[in-house]
Amino acid sequence: MEHVADPLPQAAFAKAVLELEVSNHAGVMSHICGLFARRAFNVEGILCMPIVGSDASRIWLLVFEDQRLEQMLLQLEKLIDVRSVRRHGAGHEVFERLEAFFH
Amino acid sequence: MLQMTGAELIVRLLERQGVRTIAGIPGGAILPLYDALSGSTTIRHVLARHEQGAGFMAQGMSRVSGRPEVCFASSGPGATNLVTAIADAKLDSIPMVAITGQVPLSMIGTDAFQEVDTYGLTIPITKHNFLVRSARDLLTVIPAAFRIAMSGRPGPVLVDVPKDVQNQLVAFEAYPEPAEREAPPPFDLTAIDAAARMINEAERPVLYLGGGVVHGGASQQAVTLAEQAGLPTTMTLMALGAMPIDHPLSIGMLGMHGARYTNFVLEEADLLICVGARFDDRAIGKAAQFCPNAKIIHIDIDSSEIHKIKRAHVGIQADVAAALEALLPRVKVQLRKRWLSHVAGLKTRFPLQMPGAEDPRSHYGLIHAVAAALDDEAIITTDVGQHQMWVAQAYPFRRPRQWLTSGGLGTMGFGMPAALGAALAEPERTVVCFSGDGSLQMNIQELATLAEEGLNVKIVLMNNNSLGLVYQQQSLFYGKRVFASRYGRPLDFVAIAEGFGMRGVDLDASENPRATLAEVLNEPGPCLIHASIDRENFVYPMVPPGGANTEMIGG
Repeated sequence: MEHVADPLPQAAFAKAVLELEVSNHAGVMSHICGLFARRAFNVEGILCMPIVGSDASRIWLLVFEDQRLEQMLLQLEKLIDVRSVRRHGAGHEVFERLEAFFH
Repeated sequence: MLQMTGAELIVRLLERQGVRTIAGIPGGAILPLYDALSGSTTIRHVLARHEQGAGFMAQGMSRVSGRPEVCFASSGPGATNLVTAIADAKLDSIPMVAITGQVPLSMIGTDAFQEVDTYGLTIPITKHNFLVRSARDLLTVIPAAFRIAMSGRPGPVLVDVPKDVQNQLVAFEAYPEPAEREAPPPFDLTAIDAAARMINEAERPVLYLGGGVVHGGASQQAVTLAEQAGLPTTMTLMALGAMPIDHPLSIGMLGMHGARYTNFVLEEADLLICVGARFDDRAIGKAAQFCPNAKIIHIDIDSSEIHKIKRAHVGIQADVAAALEALLPRVKVQLRKRWLSHVAGLKTRFPLQMPGAEDPRSHYGLIHAVAAALDDEAIITTDVGQHQMWVAQAYPFRRPRQWLTSGGLGTMGFGMPAALGAALAEPERTVVCFSGDGSLQMNIQELATLAEEGLNVKIVLMNNNSLGLVYQQQSLFYGKRVFASRYGRPLDFVAIAEGFGMRGVDLDASENPRATLAEVLNEPGPCLIHASIDRENFVYPMVPPGGANTEMIGG
């Protein structure tokens, strides 16, 4: 019988915060979310706002740091609308400061 | 100041880009663009019978020319029918620009007649896509679509244009310059040095070429590297033709239906030099057991392919031709007598078996007889299934872009419209499409397009009245519980060809199949050649799905 891989126990992994600068137009979020969704890679948190005074937006993603994250970063960098990708540790304050809204 | 509608602007930009042939089907939401196209004196439109056919015609043109080619479809079902051909282009890295009509901007999101979210549908199957919101945007979007399609790792780009944007007037100073391929990224010469050192020090190296070598125009450099460093060279399905199959260093195609010796050579390798390939599961089998003793050098234009399946010891993101050029002066000339004679020994002991190769009424024999009637100038396409694997194993491919097949997506119905596209791009060549009865029926309507265009396309139909590769898998791996893989009624394909207005020849009825083939294949114009084959002929060797490449059955 074929062995079916167990889902990765993501909760066991550390978290990472990704900071993306993207072109600001309808559809960019679909491109980015689709990359994660098709790989069943759970995104814990997502935040997107236009960057003041520019045609770009900034997206913050809170993700688990499992072994597929490297590949996810490379895939993100390939998206035409993604201008830059930065990776921060889980301690980045952007999501911590939002926690008050999720109680 | 220039002024025109969005539709006219698209046509002018396509003309300036050098597009000369567009395959497509009109419909309500793309009629302004068709109206503008009717006024073009340089672009020829080929009217397909189904949008998937149009998509594969564009792919056929692209696979032969290496340039992005174009297909048109209307909104809704026109766009959904294109989806398979676009996904196929994505998986095989084929540059293509698909332009679809969309309902007017004001009606988007209302479930208007023939409205579908084409942008959303095509996100995961395109390299990039656009929904154009004003005619002015076309000045940047159309060149960007071509630039993206052909730069880096090539791929399909979709441009969705609402009908009111097609009709909108736009005034502008000057046309944008036609798009060009972006310069490839600079690469790390210390990594090239490290790769050269590994090649020079290896005892049992193997060169593993993928479709990127064909797309990157790097066949010559790859062959030179092999000759200089004495490298036995294997090719993926997509790379066949990159090195002539009868080159002394060629060890043929690897993987699920590769020859036993090829997979055994890889098993023994101490260095694998992967160029423009992506360690696809059909090529490498069980990843953990592929080349278990080999260090890996991986050269690819797409950085996300490096380390994706197998960790490379040296990974180089680069245009493969440029990287090979840089590698050549650093690589020692080696005869590698010991390794190459060992490879030759494996080849003698475990060759590709081709039973019936002398009999033109058998599957291998038919392929050899077709090859004998043609020269290397011919283009060969296939559909997907047993016939595809037999052709990959048995046809003597000797040049890049000689062989067009649906590798990644494995789309039945690819072969015949892709052959039409190849013939449209290079009408002076003979184009032969090997097909099966299952595959041919998936886009059989394009026989009408073929007959109408009178292109020099020959379809060699290997008919076993079944879905042969499904039948094979059920016979081998599902306890011979054969289900839903045999057709209940045989079809008269010769009559079907004639009904579409082209010649049909039944090889079964020929007294001398070789003479018939030589006559028919060298007569210009379309023709369907029908040949019955035995359903009990299986493709061997075969690596069971999920198995390691050394666990082959048969052959």
